[in-house]
Order: sequence, then structure tokens, then C-alpha cells
Amino acid sequence: MTALRNTWDKLRRNRTAVLSGGMLLAMVCIAIVGPVVSSNDYLQTDFDNLLRPPTLQDMQFFGTDDLGRDLFVRTLLGIQVTMLVAIVASAVSLVIGVVYGAVAGLVGGRVDAVMMRFVDTLYALPFIFFVILLMVAFERNFLLIFVAIGAINWLDMARIVRGQTLSLREREFVAAARLTGVSLPRIVFRHIAPNLIGVVVVYLTLTIPQAILVESFLSFLGLGIQEPQTSLGALVDAGVNQMEGASWMLLIPAFLLALILLCFNFFGDAMRDVFDAREAS
Amino acid sequence: MILLTVDKLTIRYGDMTVVDGLSFQVSQGESVGLVGESGSGKSQTALAILGLLPAAAEVSGSVMIGDTNVLGAEESVLNKLRARRVAMIFQDPMQALNPYLRIGAQLRLILISHGLATGRDADAQVIDMLRRVGLPDPERQFDAYPHQLSGGMRQRAMIASALLAGPELLIADEPTTALDVTVQAQILELLAELREDTALLLITHDLGVVAGRCERMLVLKNGRLLEAGQTGDVFAHPEHEHTAAMIAAAPRLDRGEVLEPRGGSEVLGIQQLAVTYKERSGTNVQAVRGVDLSVAAGETVAVVGESGSGKSSLVRAALGLVPAQSGRVAFCGARIDAALKRRAQTVRRDLQLVFQDPVASLNPQMRVAEAVAEPLLVHEPGSTKSSRRDAVGSMLAKVGLDSSYLDRFPHELSGGQAQRVAIARALILEPKVLVCDEAVAALDGSVRERILELLRDVQQQSGLAIVFITHDLAVVRAVSHRVLVMYLGRLVEFAASEQLFSGARHPYTHALLDAVPVPDPRAPGGKAAISGEATSAVSPPPGCAFHPRCPHAAAICTNELPEQRSIDGVTVACHRVEEISRY
Repeated sequence: MTALRNTWDKLRRNRTAVLSGGMLLAMVCIAIVGPVVSSNDYLQTDFDNLLRPPTLQDMQFFGTDDLGRDLFVRTLLGIQVTMLVAIVASAVSLVIGVVYGAVAGLVGGRVDAVMMRFVDTLYALPFIFFVILLMVAFERNFLLIFVAIGAINWLDMARIVRGQTLSLREREFVAAARLTGVSLPRIVFRHIAPNLIGVVVVYLTLTIPQAILVESFLSFLGLGIQEPQTSLGALVDAGVNQMEGASWMLLIPAFLLALILLCFNFFGDAMRDVFDAREAS
Repeated sequence: MILLTVDKLTIRYGDMTVVDGLSFQVSQGESVGLVGESGSGKSQTALAILGLLPAAAEVSGSVMIGDTNVLGAEESVLNKLRARRVAMIFQDPMQALNPYLRIGAQLRLILISHGLATGRDADAQVIDMLRRVGLPDPERQFDAYPHQLSGGMRQRAMIASALLAGPELLIADEPTTALDVTVQAQILELLAELREDTALLLITHDLGVVAGRCERMLVLKNGRLLEAGQTGDVFAHPEHEHTAAMIAAAPRLDRGEVLEPRGGSEVLGIQQLAVTYKERSGTNVQAVRGVDLSVAAGETVAVVGESGSGKSSLVRAALGLVPAQSGRVAFCGARIDAALKRRAQTVRRDLQLVFQDPVASLNPQMRVAEAVAEPLLVHEPGSTKSSRRDAVGSMLAKVGLDSSYLDRFPHELSGGQAQRVAIARALILEPKVLVCDEAVAALDGSVRERILELLRDVQQQSGLAIVFITHDLAVVRAVSHRVLVMYLGRLVEFAASEQLFSGARHPYTHALLDAVPVPDPRAPGGKAAISGEATSAVSPPPGCAFHPRCPHAAAICTNELPEQRSIDGVTVACHRVEEISRY
């Protein structure tokens, strides 16, 4: 447990990590608590107050949209959905990618070649085509988006982990461990995995924003989250249509989206420093 | 005439001072050695002289070349100085030459950019210079890319590029450190021959190189100048105790006691071991072509050879780290499986390895305590955590590290400390055989001496058998009882140390011994007895693989493989051994 405590201590001392991590945490908390506290509902239309600019009245801090729905609650709901998609999709790609890449890299030889050619084949599929196929074949639903995003993201992760494992496997400290008779599981978990964490964490923080962007992109195209559910991407899409009369509909979700992406990127940078033993402690 | 005046040069990075108030001069035509261990600031000084320091360096003092102060000079002024007046030879020519430009094209550029020659005239001058540095067939090498040349040939091309514009001062930063010892001798000889009235500032950690090649020497430590004087005087009467210690610590081929052979029961036996690597392109490289070796308890056997001789492959195959193609490996008389994963844990416990690069051989994410304790965890699973920690503590004490090192990560250790940790990890199970693969090659002289002493102590206490792989014959003389000399995957000579150092039988062993520089200006050494370099192991020459470089080669050597013969207890593989024995 000392290793975990150490990591935590280092994380606490890293100002970027605390700032960006704290911001993300705050946003998640507000996104969860906000809709409960607010007197408004994300479905409730109010035709007397269409396109109302942001105001302090009736807790409509972000105004209303073209159907008179409260944008504050909708935006918070959008953050929830966006974060959920990002985290679930990244977790999926993390698990599949790391296991797949590590196995290919460790076993090597023919197994590695076959596994990597499979990855290449999947790479060759055009992503949008793949998503449209999924949408046509199945009912549109939430789960499908996770599947679609996870299915592309793990490919990069697998490639990176495999490459790293291949080079780690040949390193002298692994040879020294093998020579002493250290068991394969221990070599994997004590010698190879800790040296992978840095790369995986950095790549993961690139995957999360990427997943968020892909989700927004799909929603923007109308292929993602369906009304009346919403996400930041869907809100930006709606905002674009009202850009001239009601600029807040575009600016608020777009700003929040950018803020989340930035926070994840900074947090990832800081995490890499924390996980690398070579960084001065 | 004074060419270079360095006055109170100080270089800082943040609050770290790497060069501290250094002053010296170099006059026309003289050769000056700048000597120091790693971190002494010698390379930083060279970069400062050429105005090549990174922007992060804070520099004060002055570096005058003629009447120009290099520090703070405009890039255009510096470019006129470089190559024309001061030229540099780097340690690794593969890094210093542009891999995408042909040799001729890069060298021609020097003449053209300095307006010294153009067109055909430039080409002719380049080819002439390539001929002078001893590149065979210079017209063809003119069109070669750097990777197509061998290490020694690349360094020759580098020297050609440095001399091309006729500089007054040549700075050579460890010019031969990356080269084999016979090639080192050739390159140093070439430098001495070609430079004529060009002054030479030779930067090196190797006292032997300075002793043979420099008129004056400067000794640096932690960025400060400790001592300066005529090379002969400094070696004879070093003023500073650090200099005296450096000279005393430098292993010497020409003096010191040779260890008596010891008889003991065989612990490691290798018979007709062969190792073949399959390259991506499908060609097979036969790194080891059938070598025998036996190591007895309590003795040190050195395996010597230049790069590509197969010395590392031989022991790695014996340890099971690389697959052996054929041959037998026996441990304490019993044959053991070639594949590591099929070897019994008890065998693994008794065969341990120390690598050349200590930092690479330690897991960067593992603290010292855990790294050293890991073998115990594997082989004594019943041991408690506190008993392991005690064992680690006492093992570290044995290698000269106190308990404050337990919780450090490898990157927090110096090279010498990391190597002690690696040795502690290898010795904690009290193995019967320890293989040291160039284990002291990357270490400074004084640190190397302490590590060798440590190994000798352990051997005397526990009867450890040591296989010592190295290219450095001076070290071999200091540590080994018997010596195996390899060339392109084959045994050429296997003899007791006293026999080898008093009268080597194989011409290749002679050449190796002659080429080792001796850290004493009065002693001969560092002679280039043979020319050329070892051909690649992919397609060794027919017959005796050494014949293209052998001064005694006869017709039989070119087409018939010499058999191993035993003469007075020495195993040697040479057709003409009776005729050519010198001693």
C-alpha cells in the first residue's frame, strides 16, 4: 500500500494535477447535484419563455432553448452523458487494448503477427461507415455509442502497449529476472506493467478527450444521443442552429466542452509525471 | 604561437557548476591531453571552445582563438572559425555524420561552404583526403553512406572531414572509446601521423591514450583543473593525490602480478556450443561456432575478443538467455537443459549474471531494496519480509552501500552505485557462478578498481567461479586465472594468464596485447600491430577467419580451418603457431 500512498502524495503535491483534477471533480459534482436541486426539469417545455437569455430568475442560469426547456439542467445533463460516454468508452479501450497489446507483445512470434494483422484489418474499416452500419442494423441506443467508440479506441491502445511490451521484454532487467527464475506472472505484474503505466496513462488521457470529441461529432451529425436525451455535442449542434439570435445556446456548451477537454489533457500530463519514478520526488 | 587561450572558463546549469574557473593554453603544433573521469567537465569544455554549448548554459570567462572571443560571438563569426581554424572529432562518428548524405557529399560541403574549392576540384581534394586517412578504395567510399562503413572506417572519414579545411587546432573528444582496441591503436596512430603541425586537444578518460600520444596533459576533476604539466612529469611525479590515485588505479598490461591458476572441481562446462541468430532479412549469423569452456570453482576465466567475436553470445547461451543451436552445457558435472524455462530453479539460483549497463539492468520502477530482495522472494518463499530486509541490508553493506540506499530508485544512483546494486542482486543467493558481461567497462577507473576488488573478496570467501567477459586486456590481467580469446565466433587461444601474458601464441592475441595502450609514457604500448577490422560474422573469410589481418598468413591459412591444438597446456588454433612463436 505504500506505493499507492506515495502516488497519492505525489499527486497532491502536483499543482497542475490538483487544479485540473479538482475542476473536473467539481464539474461532475455540479452536474450530478444541479438537476436535483434545480426547480426545473430537462423535459419541461415552456412556450412563454422561448429562447430566454441567461438570467437569475427561476434558476434559469443558462437561459432556455427554442422549445423553452431550461438549458442549465440540460447542460448539466449533457455533461453527465459526455463524461459517462468518455469514461466508459476509455475504460473499454483500456481493458481490451492493454490486455490484447500485452499478450501480443509478450507471446510474440506468430501469435503476435496474427493478432496485429487483425488490428490492421479493423483499422482499415472507415469509422463513420461502421457507425452507420451499427445504427442501421440495431436500434439506436445509448449502449451502441459506447460500443462504437470503444471499438475504435482500443486499436491504438493495443498497438502502443504491444510496442512498449516488445521493447520492455528485451530489456536487461527482465533478462535478469528471467535468469533468477522469477515467475512469468511476477515478471508481467512487477517488471513490465509498472513500466507500462506511464505510457498507458498518457495515452488514456488522449483517449478520453478523443472519445468526448467522437461522441460530440456523432451527436452533432444526429447519429449519437437522441432527443430528449442530450450531450454536450448535441447541445452544440442545437446551438449552431440558433447561433444568430441566441448565441448563449452555442457558447455555453462549447465553452464547457473545451474546458473539460483541457482539464483532461492537463490532468494526463500531470499523471504521467506522478507515475514516472524517475521524476524527482 | 598560442592558438587557444581559455581563461577562467565557468559553465553553470542552474545551480550546478560543471566547469569551474578553468584556464589553459594550447600552442601551435603541440598535443595536449585533457583527462578526467565522467562528470569532470571535459566534454563541456570542448563544446565551449567551439561555441556549441546549449542555450541553457551560463558561461563566464573567455575562450580566445587567435584574437576572437568565442563566448558570445556571432554565429557567422563562429562558422568562419569552425573547420577552418578549429575542428572537432566526436566520440561516435555514426552520430556526427549525416546518415542521409554520402560521405563525399558531406565532406565536399565543408570545402564549398568555406570557399576553399568548388566542383571537380573539391571532389579531388576530398578523395585525396580520404586516401590520406587510409580509407581503402577512396573513389568508391566517396559515394558510400555512413552506415555502409565499419566503425573504424567511419571514424577515419570523420578525421578526414576534420582535417579537410586545414585547421590549426583539432579537438578530439574520446575519439576511440567506441572502437575495438586494435582499431583504436590504428586511429591514434593515424591522428599522430596526419596532424603534422596541427595542434591536438585530446579529451579522454583513458590515461593510456594520453601517455602514448600527448606532450602535455591537464587533469580535470569536478570542473576544476587539478594539475597540468609535461605528460612524463605528471606520470612520474603527480602533484595532486587524485592524479596519483588515477594513475595507480589504471590497470596495466606490463606489470603487476598475474594470478596463479587454481585447480578446482568444474562448476560450469561448455562443449561445442554454437549460437546462430536469424536476422530479419533471413540471413543466418553464426555468432558462436563451436566453443569449449570449463570454469572451476574459485577461479576467474576471462573471455576476450573484439566486438562481433561472439563472447557475449557464448555465455548468454550457456546461461540460457539466448537459444543455443547445438552443444552441451553442464553444471557441476550434470548436463543442464539449454532452454532457460526448462531449467530447475536450483540451477538458476547458482548461475547469475551482471550486465554492462547497470542502469538498464535495474527496473526503473523498483527500489533498491525490492530489486535486491527479489531473488530471495523467488528462491526462499518461506522467508519473512524482515529477514529478507536484513539479508538485503547486509548484502548491500558487503558491496559498500549503507542502508540509506535501500529506498532509492535506480535513477537516483550513480553508475558505480547502480552496478554495486546489480552485483548485490546477483550475489544475494550465493551463486556458484557469476558471469560479468563487460560489467566494469562503463565505469570510471577508481570505481572499476573498487568493484574488481569486491569481486575478488567475494571469490576468496566463497569460492565463487567468475566468467569475466571484456574487451579490455589490462583488466583481464588484473583479475583472471585463465583467458579464452575469441575471434569471429571461434576459439583462437585458451591459456592460463601467466602463459598468455608472458608469451601469447596466436598472432591475434599478440595484436591485442600490443594494441593496449599503457598508462606510462616510458613504456611502449598502443601499437597498431595489425591493420583492418574484423569482418562481419555473417560471412567470415574461409579458412582461418583471422587470415586477412594476420601478418603471418600463408597459403594454408586461406583455405583450411586450423584445428585446436594443445601445446604446453595452451589450446590454440593456428596453422603456423610453431613457426611464429615470438617469445
